[in-house]
Amino acid sequence: MSAAIDYLLHLADNALVLGQRNAEWCGHGPILEEDIALSNVSLDLIGQARLLYQLVATLKGGDCTEDKLAYFRETHEFRNYTLLELPHHGPLSGYAQSDLDYGTTIVRNFLYSALMALLWEALEKSANADLAAIAAKSLKEVRYHLRHSRDWLVRLGDGTDESHARVQASLDHLFPYTQEFWVQSPAEAAAIAAGIGVDVTTLRADWDAIVDAALAEATLQRPAVGGYVTEGKRGIHSEHLGFLLAEMQSLARAHPNGVW
Amino acid sequence: MRSGVEAAWAVLEELTDPEIPVISLRELGILRDVRQAADGLEVVITPTYSGCPAMGQIEDDVKATLARAGIAARVVTQLAPAWTTDWMTEAGKEKLRAYGIAPPHQTPAGSNVVRFISKPAAAETVPCPHCGSARTVESSHFGSTACKALYKCLDCQEPFDYFKPY
Ligand SMILES: [Zn+2]
Repeated sequence: MSAAIDYLLHLADNALVLGQRNAEWCGHGPILEEDIALSNVSLDLIGQARLLYQLVATLKGGDCTEDKLAYFRETHEFRNYTLLELPHHGPLSGYAQSDLDYGTTIVRNFLYSALMALLWEALEKSANADLAAIAAKSLKEVRYHLRHSRDWLVRLGDGTDESHARVQASLDHLFPYTQEFWVQSPAEAAAIAAGIGVDVTTLRADWDAIVDAALAEATLQRPAVGGYVTEGKRGIHSEHLGFLLAEMQSLARAHPNGVW
Repeated sequence: MRSGVEAAWAVLEELTDPEIPVISLRELGILRDVRQAADGLEVVITPTYSGCPAMGQIEDDVKATLARAGIAARVVTQLAPAWTTDWMTEAGKEKLRAYGIAPPHQTPAGSNVVRFISKPAAAETVPCPHCGSARTVESSHFGSTACKALYKCLDCQEPFDYFKPY
């Protein structure tokens, strides 16, 4: 039971935090079509998070609800990958005219969607039937997120000198954070042992193939990685998550149980 | 004397989608079943996209329609098997086309991820719902809602939505 809850929260927090980040583009997209695309990707992610939180609330019982899980937990209780909470300015911190760098957004969505497309596909066989059902739906959605971000990665990478340099910088900035994917957390280990979760290291070769093929088409260099491995999925976050949650949770906390 | 199940089907039959009011929930495959459970009538609906903002409205519409007809039933949301555009009826697809939305193609066999991304989205022809031309191009993977992509017709020059296979 606890193994399932911790694992489901990891999946749910990933979807919610990236959904909230992508939603920052709503009304600020570089072009109208992309504004709409990112808002739709956000809706899918927040929808996936809701299904997962609802399942956790059912398993926990008592007065637990999806809203309590999303709005009334603290930073250290969130179990998302650190990659997903980083701001959109990426490597342009301090230099960007705006806090939003679309190349960074696209690279992150690509790296995460490539993983989740494989993970949701594998989770369709989870021993937890409810998780398997959510995985089947999420897979249909993430394939379009992957296609969208991959297309833009190629367009920006194989675009102008400026777009190439900027998206390469985003890639160099974000790629080290993907190391976290491959280091198993206690929650993942427990879920794998219970047949609920999937060992993501078994998906690594396929992830590498998807990433390398896209980078080659985009004429981008795969960065070498090393050094500190982030631990967001164990609750150890960057300074950025607190600000994201403060904005996301403020309304619910100012008006607890508000209905409109 | 009609059974409760038949009566519920009869009133729900004409209930349309809140965002695409020319197609019924049954034709879309959202209204899955009406059945007699041990403790009363159950109406089974299934969500389309996980984050589809219309789902709340759809549930409310189903409940209101049943209440207006004096039918007591519980609305149950069921995730598995996952909704697919392949459940859309032929009549429903024709209504979409007449409304100006290109109906979805059959979903590709198997869900293999690596195969899905390697196939370009534009590989399949999406005929223009206005003039029937096959000379169309995708302008964006996401249209006015998550379930649609934005296309443009190179003959009549009209933009249109394509209901994506899901
Ligand atoms: Zn046309």
